[in-house]
Amino acid sequence: MPADRNFKIVTRLFGVENSNRLEVAARHGNYSRLPTAFAMTPAAIIDEVKKSNLRGRGGAGFPTGMKWGFIPKGAETVYLVCNADESEPGTCKDREMIFWDPHLLIEGMILSSYALGCRHAYIYIRGEMIREVAVLQRAVDEAYAKGYLGAEHRTAAGPFKMDLTVHRGAGAYICGEETSLLNSLEGKRGWPRLKPPFPAVKGLFGKPTIVNNVETLMNVPFIVENGGQRFAELGTPRSGGTRTLCMSGHLNKPGVYELPMGIPLREVIYDICGGVPGNKRVKAVIPGGSSMPPLDESELDIPMEFDALMNDARIKPVEYKPGHLFELAPGKPLRTMAGSGGVVVMDEDTDIVAVCARIMRFYAHESCGQCTPCREGTGWLARVCTRLANLQGQPGDVELLGSISYGIAGNTICPLGEAAAWPMMGFLTKFRADFEQKLRESKYQPGQVSPVAHYGAHP
Amino acid sequence: MALEFSPQAEQRIAEICRHYPNTQAACLPVLHVAQDEFGYISTEVVDLVAARLKLTSAHVYGVATFYTMYHREPCGKRVLMMCTNVSCMLRGGYETLHKLEQQLGIKAGETTKDGEFTLIEEECLAACADAPAMICGERYFLRLTHDKVDDALAECKKLPAAHGAGHGQAHSSNPSKKH
Repeated sequence: MPADRNFKIVTRLFGVENSNRLEVAARHGNYSRLPTAFAMTPAAIIDEVKKSNLRGRGGAGFPTGMKWGFIPKGAETVYLVCNADESEPGTCKDREMIFWDPHLLIEGMILSSYALGCRHAYIYIRGEMIREVAVLQRAVDEAYAKGYLGAEHRTAAGPFKMDLTVHRGAGAYICGEETSLLNSLEGKRGWPRLKPPFPAVKGLFGKPTIVNNVETLMNVPFIVENGGQRFAELGTPRSGGTRTLCMSGHLNKPGVYELPMGIPLREVIYDICGGVPGNKRVKAVIPGGSSMPPLDESELDIPMEFDALMNDARIKPVEYKPGHLFELAPGKPLRTMAGSGGVVVMDEDTDIVAVCARIMRFYAHESCGQCTPCREGTGWLARVCTRLANLQGQPGDVELLGSISYGIAGNTICPLGEAAAWPMMGFLTKFRADFEQKLRESKYQPGQVSPVAHYGAHP
Repeated sequence: MALEFSPQAEQRIAEICRHYPNTQAACLPVLHVAQDEFGYISTEVVDLVAARLKLTSAHVYGVATFYTMYHREPCGKRVLMMCTNVSCMLRGGYETLHKLEQQLGIKAGETTKDGEFTLIEEECLAACADAPAMICGERYFLRLTHDKVDDALAECKKLPAAHGAGHGQAHSSNPSKKH
């Protein structure tokens, strides 16, 4: 049976007083799945996760069970790393989940570690989340004190004991990319690694490693308790479970909502979030964090689900210049993606070019500097977008934005380049008139040296 | 005089190192400890961390300058991280930032003369549903529109100073220790 709107797995304890303390969390059922799991073999748990159609909630939507299956047979040391480096603009679910229910995450990590044969797991948490670091560390300490961590469990596969370390980042968006995260965890600059080898073969400290998002791991206890089949039935045919959406921007009731997988965006905006303030029309919606191409008002009936956002023919495909589709593979145009679940709604009065300039400035700031197309290209996009927004655009700037984006996408080690190029091309495809209008209003005089301030700076 | 870690910091570092198979992996957490201890990561602190972890200064310098949270110069007792990214921008984040700048008499990226506040224009703080958002230590200021800036600043003054409090408290649990 599909989930209804009130069905909660990962946000069950939101708003419950002291829910991040072990005693309260245990009263709500956390850690009750340990005996069930330990009576199963690790392979049986992986099978259930495969059956569940659980897909990664961090951004890529990769099937979790399949990822787990990539660990080489007979590997001596395996690491599980939880990616809690949530920093994709518009995304605010993991932080809330850690704050309200850290014990569900720890339970999920114990179950997953047992399934994967991991004896030391890490949680890489974003450095800026000072409050959540403290909450999470206290929860880990409580789990040690209770013997869930650091003590031996009797299991179907013999004695099992694991450690869990909270590792705090230090401010770098790129560390949300899994190989960059592993380098950072090893004490290096957060530079992404070339793949292959994939982390499941050669990851943290050179050992097979699984990197999973916070929400992904928090779904594992439910799967162990109710079976993969039940979890799969909650969702759509290829995506199991619920979907947590971070609703922000111009909404009457912004918030973090756990909803049925595949709920239409229009329903979320108007029924769940109370519509747009002042009854204004929606102009654009970022569907999954700022790295995803936007949707426009005519595309709000799309189901919020991984495959639909990628393939639904009602979504206009992204062009890198008018009439030229940007393809991910031959015959497969880029539309958009479900990404991290960060939905940003913009009303009809929004200055799209200014929003774009801000987004591009973010990616320019966060580019790690390894690959030239991204290092130079993101900065270039930011400068051109900013001068357009500040009415200092120059002839040819609109075309230039498309061609820079096209030069970045597909030419970098990690997806940060695409994270800037895709939305840039997406905004140009759907809101080209806005960019051209800014150019028409430009006060630029040929030959002038225009100061480029960043968007929002004092004039 | 050469810099040294206090015995308390040394204890924290020893505890941190137990969680990793090599000392290099302790680089980020130890830099957090060093920042708590000395307030910022000067070149001398880089050398100290390098010596303590048996790494080259070049490596530690590379790490310290890669991550935005390590301050390379002295900063205020309280660091205000004001988000202006897309969700906050749409709900008045820039108006709030400009009001903060005006009230503190500094620009984003600067520290007040009395050393009380450093103001940073932050990237997304993962509080988008409650935009605009600002963090000061463990305290979140949510839906912080420009009209609430004066109250927020008054409250910030009462919060504990950043150095030696709040930061870097992870790693207090010991995997091999009995609780």
